[in-house]
Amino acid sequence: MKRRGSGLAAILPLLWLAVFFALPFMLVAKLSLSDTALAIPPYLPQIDWNRGLKGLQAFFAALDNETYARLARDRLYLDAYLSSLRLAAIGTGLLLLIGYPIAYGISRCPPTLRLAVVMAVILPFWTSFLIRIYAWIAILKPAGVLNTALHALGLPGIDILNTETAVVLGLVYAYLPFMVLPLYAILERQDERLIEAAQDLGSTPLSAFWRITFPLSLPGAAAGALLCFIPMAGEFVIPDLLGGSETLMLGKVIWTEFFANRDWPAAAAVAIVLLATLVIPILLFERQQKKVLS
Amino acid sequence: MRKGPSAFNIASIILGLVFLYAPIVILVAYSFNASRLVTVWGGFSTRWYVALFQDAQMLDAVWVTLRVGVLSATFATILGTLAAVALVRGGFRGRTLFAGGLYATLVMPEVILGLSLLLLFVSAGLPRGFWTVTLSHTTLTLAYATVVIQARLRTFDRRLEEAAQDLGCPPWKAFVLVTLPVIAPAVAAAWMLAFTLSLDDLVIASFTSGPDATTLPMRLYSQVRLGVDPKINAVSTILIGLVATGVIAAYLIQQRAARRATLG
Repeated sequence: MKRRGSGLAAILPLLWLAVFFALPFMLVAKLSLSDTALAIPPYLPQIDWNRGLKGLQAFFAALDNETYARLARDRLYLDAYLSSLRLAAIGTGLLLLIGYPIAYGISRCPPTLRLAVVMAVILPFWTSFLIRIYAWIAILKPAGVLNTALHALGLPGIDILNTETAVVLGLVYAYLPFMVLPLYAILERQDERLIEAAQDLGSTPLSAFWRITFPLSLPGAAAGALLCFIPMAGEFVIPDLLGGSETLMLGKVIWTEFFANRDWPAAAAVAIVLLATLVIPILLFERQQKKVLS
Repeated sequence: MRKGPSAFNIASIILGLVFLYAPIVILVAYSFNASRLVTVWGGFSTRWYVALFQDAQMLDAVWVTLRVGVLSATFATILGTLAAVALVRGGFRGRTLFAGGLYATLVMPEVILGLSLLLLFVSAGLPRGFWTVTLSHTTLTLAYATVVIQARLRTFDRRLEEAAQDLGCPPWKAFVLVTLPVIAPAVAAAWMLAFTLSLDDLVIASFTSGPDATTLPMRLYSQVRLGVDPKINAVSTILIGLVATGVIAAYLIQQRAARRATLG
């Protein structure tokens, strides 16, 4: 009885996901097999419903993998693909290095202070992402805040806006809360008595950390890494605003193909390739989520 | 006994917070700069705020964004509540697939979500504009709302609802009269989160919007591409101020409620 009631509750959200999430992906897959055309919408073939089954057959016959072949021939797409994964991986690595000490530090604070610091870490996430990335332009540009400060100290200036360094900096900045929170969640739950037992048995605080705290916190690190890596690999705003024209990332390629070149099939094919690459990390993330929630 | 934080712990927290807040502080400070140049301090001025409120296009975009945000957050919260109930209590078939699809939207790159939704609207022959953005934002924020409500529902004592049902209350009514008031703070938090995400979204709105429904992030993005404009600092400062006030107020209310609960 109760079970049926909760099953009924699922109907509406399930339908929503089917129409607005699953169906659109099939359309992307279909579009990636179409060709560009000077038409509205700018691709062929279209299904001719007036011809019934014949129209449908003609439609499927006209689908081909030409777009993928075209992408494979062009070195630019491969470069964009590799640098997306590379920058997302570097970003994730740096986030682990920076996020871990912060999360660990918070977990060692007195409980009353802990909640306030967690709030302080989350608060920037609530303010506009676009605006926070935009703020970095003013800091990093050649005559920006950073260089002015460096010159005032008598140091040579640095010019990193519109480079990959700026993109990685932006990624780390934007995703830091997503790394700190899962790490903190697992560190905070850890049983302090384990450390005490180790120290009673003669372990130094440092070796107790490396041999107990750190291995036990790895699931949190994995959750944080996946939560950051997956969206970073498809990031658009950060490479676009901080990376200039030199930095290629797949999110930006999809955007450019779609808006600037009006090459919808190419945008769809790149999206499918990105998605195929991210399927395994996404499945790992879901397994992690299920473990955390149960 | 838990030992207090070491100097290294405190230093990492402080450095982390400086890194997170420095760009925001700089942005706010320069919104009051009389000079147009970012690095030159021309004295305190509110001229960019005055200019902002004379910018009809910008105000128009704010209005569109707020309407999209309120509607999509409301839809997402209703659907998210249903989804959370189904996930926490349900033993229905397809539950794993349902949860899988939902969590996938959490991490899905926005360009993919935006492109796929656009194709749906093109195929369905829907003209792009206000409603297509609203539907897309509902899809984007649904999973976030579900996760927040799910976390609260998990710790809810079901016996309260069962008691109501034993006394003759139909299940849906027991849910509305007993469960919903108890989980109301989580539902409100889910709505706030969905609303903020909608206000913030550039990528999905750019794909799914039409010429008559330009949202604030879309307007800001086109300005930002033209270079640093102090008016953007002004609008950012207003947004940051509003959000910070809201979040801190919510935190204080929650703290007071918690304190009262432990005292009473």
